[in-house]
Amino acid sequence: MITVLYFARLKESLNYSTEEMELPEGVKTITQLKTHLAKRGETWANLFNGKQTIRAAVNHALVDNAAAVKDGDEVAFFPPVTGG
Amino acid sequence: MVVRVQTEDFDVGVEINAMRLKHPKAGAVVSFVGQVRDLNEGDNVASMTLEHYPAMTEKSLSGIVEQALARWSIADALIVHRVGKLKPLDQIVLVLVASAHRKDAFAACEFMMDFLKTEAPFWKKEQTPNGERWVEAKDSDDQAKNRWQQ
Repeated sequence: MITVLYFARLKESLNYSTEEMELPEGVKTITQLKTHLAKRGETWANLFNGKQTIRAAVNHALVDNAAAVKDGDEVAFFPPVTGG
Repeated sequence: MVVRVQTEDFDVGVEINAMRLKHPKAGAVVSFVGQVRDLNEGDNVASMTLEHYPAMTEKSLSGIVEQALARWSIADALIVHRVGKLKPLDQIVLVLVASAHRKDAFAACEFMMDFLKTEAPFWKKEQTPNGERWVEAKDSDDQAKNRWQQ
């Protein structure tokens, strides 16, 4: 299982903030997880088809799309940050 | 080295004195305060809500402080960042740096703000007379961060 969290605009668009899911077959990286999520429907496709910049964190560290995802990880997806 | 994420306001004078009086060898304390503007992208801003990723935020800020420590000669550093609902003129963020001489403190303070702006997991949503909207990230903030990597 992995935990996936969504923040800010993503959380609002998808209408939920967290889910537990089995790591899908063949998904080993952030890019592959995004591609998997994009297949869930139009809203998901719009967010995860690569046209928008969606940043990711694995286990609370900012990562790039090539980063590995493995069983037990906490993965978060969010828009570019705007603090400060 | 301290990082804090909080809904409450902070007192810049109290924070500066607390740091300054701990470090008799530091000749310089530099501070940056960010506040909520009443105008953004041409619209009046009535209020702003700051969301964050609680499990990651303090870790991210601590990582930024550690990078600054590795790069400059610094006696101490502090980051305080507020979350929740804020109004124009409310303070958002405080960065303090103490060092023996001012040059390291100025550089480290700017470095920490540039990284905080582009890496720390905060998101601003503005309430305006035309409704609510998420604040968009700026390319100029990415450029400000990237110049430290040259």
